[in-house]
Amino acid sequence: MSANASKLINLTLKVWRQKGPDVKGGLETYEAKDISTDMSFLEMFDVVNEGLILEGKDPISFDHDCREGICGACGAVVNGRAHGPEEGTTLCQLHMRHFDDGDVVVVEPWRSKAFKIVKDLVVDRSALDKIIQAGGYISVNTGGAPDANAIPIAQEVSDLAMDAASCIGCGACVASCPNASAMLFVGAKVSQLKLLPQGDIESAKRAVTMVETMDSLGFGNCTNEGECEVECPKGISITNIARLNRSYFKARSLFKKGVN
Amino acid sequence: MLDSKIPEGPLEKKWDNYKFNVKLVNPANKRKFNVIVVGTGLAGASASASMAELGYNVKTFCIQDSPRRAHSIAAQGGINAAKNYQNDGDSVKRLFYDTIKGGDFRAREANVYRLAQVSNNIIDQCVAQGIPFAREYGGLLANRSFGGAQVSRTFYARGQTGQQLLLGAYGAMSRQIQAGKVKLYTRREMRDLVVVDGKARGIVVRNLVTGEIEKYAADAVVMATGGYGNAFFLSTNAMACNVSAAHKAYKKGAFFSNPCYTQIHPTCIPVHGDYQSKLTLMSESLRNDGRVWVPKEAGDKRKPEDIPEGERDYFLERKYPSFGNLVPRDVASRNAKEQCDAGKGVGETGFAVYLDFRDAIARDGRDSIEKKYGNLFQMYERITAADPYTTPMMIYPASHYTMGGLWVDYSLQSTLKGLFVIGEANFSDHGANRLGASALMQGLADGYFILPYTIGGYLAGAKPGEVDESHPEFSKSAKEVEELYAKLLSIDGDRTCDDIHKELGKILWDYCGMARNEAGLLKAKEMIADLRKEFWTNLKVAGTMDQFNQNLENAARVADFLEFGELMVTDALFRKESCGGHFNEESQTEENEAKRDDENFCCVSAWGYRGEGEEPELHREELAFENVELSQRSYK
Repeated sequence: MSANASKLINLTLKVWRQKGPDVKGGLETYEAKDISTDMSFLEMFDVVNEGLILEGKDPISFDHDCREGICGACGAVVNGRAHGPEEGTTLCQLHMRHFDDGDVVVVEPWRSKAFKIVKDLVVDRSALDKIIQAGGYISVNTGGAPDANAIPIAQEVSDLAMDAASCIGCGACVASCPNASAMLFVGAKVSQLKLLPQGDIESAKRAVTMVETMDSLGFGNCTNEGECEVECPKGISITNIARLNRSYFKARSLFKKGVN
Repeated sequence: MLDSKIPEGPLEKKWDNYKFNVKLVNPANKRKFNVIVVGTGLAGASASASMAELGYNVKTFCIQDSPRRAHSIAAQGGINAAKNYQNDGDSVKRLFYDTIKGGDFRAREANVYRLAQVSNNIIDQCVAQGIPFAREYGGLLANRSFGGAQVSRTFYARGQTGQQLLLGAYGAMSRQIQAGKVKLYTRREMRDLVVVDGKARGIVVRNLVTGEIEKYAADAVVMATGGYGNAFFLSTNAMACNVSAAHKAYKKGAFFSNPCYTQIHPTCIPVHGDYQSKLTLMSESLRNDGRVWVPKEAGDKRKPEDIPEGERDYFLERKYPSFGNLVPRDVASRNAKEQCDAGKGVGETGFAVYLDFRDAIARDGRDSIEKKYGNLFQMYERITAADPYTTPMMIYPASHYTMGGLWVDYSLQSTLKGLFVIGEANFSDHGANRLGASALMQGLADGYFILPYTIGGYLAGAKPGEVDESHPEFSKSAKEVEELYAKLLSIDGDRTCDDIHKELGKILWDYCGMARNEAGLLKAKEMIADLRKEFWTNLKVAGTMDQFNQNLENAARVADFLEFGELMVTDALFRKESCGGHFNEESQTEENEAKRDDENFCCVSAWGYRGEGEEPELHREELAFENVELSQRSYK
């Protein structure tokens, strides 16, 4: 039985509204009334938006899709924290039972030089795709793979790779980092593939090309603030950044003039 | 006449024969061909990568901001393959048979056999890509069981198998983007298929950021646009999943098959409010250890822990002793509904049954259960604020997957030349019910191992670049798309598209959901027609066309669901038998199981569009079973 039965609460929202990437934006105030505590944060937005549409106003734009915490589409800074106050949670899985009647809730988009605002809370995260394109994969074509059990992999190693592979690419790590660094994102992918014998082969080149691409897209570097790990909805550890650094420095000593 | 173009020869040799006989495109000529792929789920991403590796120029489109977010990402439980690593008697033939039987003998033998054959290549390919599948202590791959099978053939990566497989395919595609062989277009929604002289020649999309209508031509179009489960409004699908691309292709002449085959998944978190935007699936893998039950007495409102063992009804174990809690999805869902309809449902609404891990925790220990299902339990607790380690989960069926889709022949080509359809968007492999862990298998089979061969057979006979965007059909289509958006914006009524979509969902759920009957379906048809009128006279859409406008995007999708919903009902009315996910109350056995009518309905329905307000034209593809015996499905 549910621990706390649902009730209705009223909230005051202060939401970042911005018509486009090059237009000045600002916070606007909305009253969210009769919000069931069983709703998700995004369902609360749905209710507010239904009201705005009927009033002939522009509804709040926000990215969202699966609404079960796995696609990585949603995300906003809620009261100063990426994906809101609960740890290990995406915005779509943040439920209103974590808010109190009368709360003022400030909602802002991810802010980073590398993420241009598209509209309101929607940002352009294609920079993360570009980092993956630079080398976040194992270079095998379809066909010709050996039998899946040909190379045994220790369960602990495979589990570590899976921990790193859980990244959903939401960008919360970038949004919460004072340097707007994407090191946790890059570290997770580099670690996953480096840990596995199949991916280890290209690990040196991969670390260098992914870091160089990250730098070129305007992300900052890591200064061990640790905010990314705290706000990561999938609990990805900064140990992965250490693994990335090790791969990167090792690779740099191998390829002094950069890897092409 | 529908020609499924099934190759000659014995079942085991058909795919080999096809591959040997298909015409090839010379490597130097491949680079002259442009192929459009719409959708970047498992099927679309793997097809884009594999075709680019072969040398074709691929243009790939997705609706999300990143191709990594396609809804395949949400698949939890696993992917089937006939590896027989567990030495429990699995084989290609057994996987083929289980899939045919699970689909209630309404799929094509040759397609399903090919699927089982390539299933093993998929696992090899995925491991080579660095997908961290679960492993045993010795380092070899682990398996688990899924519904409808008595062998352990499901490979998994915790509860995030879809995510890992999709990221593998996304990685492979990203590599081809870097190589310049795939050009990626994000935040684009396909709004029309362009057909010139009976051949698919390109698409018209809306750029969701700028609102511009854009035209793209190619030598072939591949649609990997997913299913139509969101017709029900509430489903386990992502919010953007829609039928529009497939529906537009249907209106341009591609036949649509079996639209009434929808899969209602038994283990979802129950509905708890009318604000609810979607339903969350709890992986079927939970039925390996969870026991499904309701109180024996109707109206028993005690807490589950206060109900003694003797007063619980483990109805699946009781009715189906050999498969128990692992009966196929359609059977599990229907039984849950039956219990709730008899007043034995639990929870606030009475539309839920228990899924209880008490015995598994006592047997294997909490740690072991946590290891297998930790993230699912966490997700359940987050949504419901109840702890499944100490109290049973509550679950209820929800719309999850659609077996119906655009008709394709053995080469995955639709009735329109040059239009190929892969993954959930086609109808081909699951018959009237899909088995768990088979959607991932089919998406990747189509994309990695089938389409890249078969599309060559079409392109080998084509001349590259025959039609470009300057062809008048493109402008005509773009104009129609623009006019539709303008019309939606001009109505200025007082209902939102979500509001109307919810009403459509309720009609379909009540009359074309887990159980159907003729009177209900006839009523639903009228109600949908009325609702469509309401939509076009009383809709209110915010904003303008030339901007990022999610409300307008949705409105256009709902407009298509309102037309397509009627096709679902029409198909359900045609099929006067029960099979798999289509349970016609007028056709059941004495024990209330689905009763097929093989004499009259051993066929695929394929509907052809005849114009606005016209009844669609029915075509039939008769199914021939030469290798399995048609039998009443029994899981007892």
